[in-house]
Amino acid sequence: MPVKVTTETFKKEVLESDIPVIVDFWAQWCRPCLMLAPVLDEISKDLEGQVKVAKVNVDEEGYLANQFRVSSIPTVYLFENGQVKTQVVGLMRKDDLLKRLGLK
Amino acid sequence: MFDVIVIGGGPAGASAAIYLQRFRLKVLMIMKDLGTLGKTNHIDNYWAFENTVSGKHLVEQGVAQAERLGVTVVEEEVIGIENFEDFTVKTTKNQFQGKTVLIATGQAKPNIKVKGFKEFIGKGVSFCAICDGFIYRNKKIGVIGNAEFMLEELEVLRNFTNDITVFTNGLGLPLHIEEEIKEKLITDPLCEITGDEVVRKVVTEEGEYEVDGLFVAIGTPSANDFALRIGAFIENNYIVVDDNHMTNVPGLFAAGDCIGGLLQVVKAASDGAHAAIAINKYLKTLK
Repeated sequence: MPVKVTTETFKKEVLESDIPVIVDFWAQWCRPCLMLAPVLDEISKDLEGQVKVAKVNVDEEGYLANQFRVSSIPTVYLFENGQVKTQVVGLMRKDDLLKRLGLK
Repeated sequence: MFDVIVIGGGPAGASAAIYLQRFRLKVLMIMKDLGTLGKTNHIDNYWAFENTVSGKHLVEQGVAQAERLGVTVVEEEVIGIENFEDFTVKTTKNQFQGKTVLIATGQAKPNIKVKGFKEFIGKGVSFCAICDGFIYRNKKIGVIGNAEFMLEELEVLRNFTNDITVFTNGLGLPLHIEEEIKEKLITDPLCEITGDEVVRKVVTEEGEYEVDGLFVAIGTPSANDFALRIGAFIENNYIVVDDNHMTNVPGLFAAGDCIGGLLQVVKAASDGAHAAIAINKYLKTLK
């Protein structure tokens, strides 16, 4: 299952992760974000052990949203070895998301 | 409460409404005008018309047929769809409740053609105030638009900042819309959108304006504008549906040109019939 990440845990959970991390910037009131949630749940299950899925609530974690210049949600980043590898903006189907993130 | 609210009165919408009405469902069809087909003068490839027929004639006949069979038809512009348990369809004049919604509003219009526009989509250029407005709390926001849809977005954005500039991009601005705009209003055409990692400036023919975010709500909302706000998948500018014409949002269906494929009357009418049959089945699962 996706892990909730905060400003405090971001370094450990994302930047220092041994495996690539998909980070989803979302909010409760954002309808497309809510519809992306099941897609990410599925990815987390499909790629268990290979890729971690993390979620950042932009309402609670404004600092992180600012730091990564999130200007539209949902925004999904792929981190590898502590670096941003790809960024995808908007709701999309599982296959498209994986392709755009470079995971397929 | 309607069983189905059909948005759009063209071949997809009216065909669906006709089928649905014949299933004895309570059907509302909302149409703004005669749509793209209504502007087509010559149709020679549609079955069963010996002579050339106009799109206007086809649309009018379809609506008349739907009305004769008992479909409630209103001529209003839909500006939003909300979905909690049921669906609420908001027009410029009313709100209607439905158990299901069928989007059949034709092909989504292309984006504005301004230098730099595409480059900044998702980097400050947004199509959804309710999705992205909060990010620009107390910042400079630009809104591009010229009708009720823009006012709807403006209303949302006013919750986040007082620093808003409305750009009409040179489009005509009806007086009743202009009266609602209390913000800075720029009416000359846009030339370029500039920035670095994110959007910074809107350049018009007569001036330059700093913005942190730019929201686009030109003319009337298209099928994709509805889909985006409600969280339905869009791919290559078309709404994604399953074999039953249902989107990933349960109870939200789409048919006709807005889902792509062959952009022809015959296919749109077929979509409408398919969607109607699927909606009828879906409604039975709700009971």
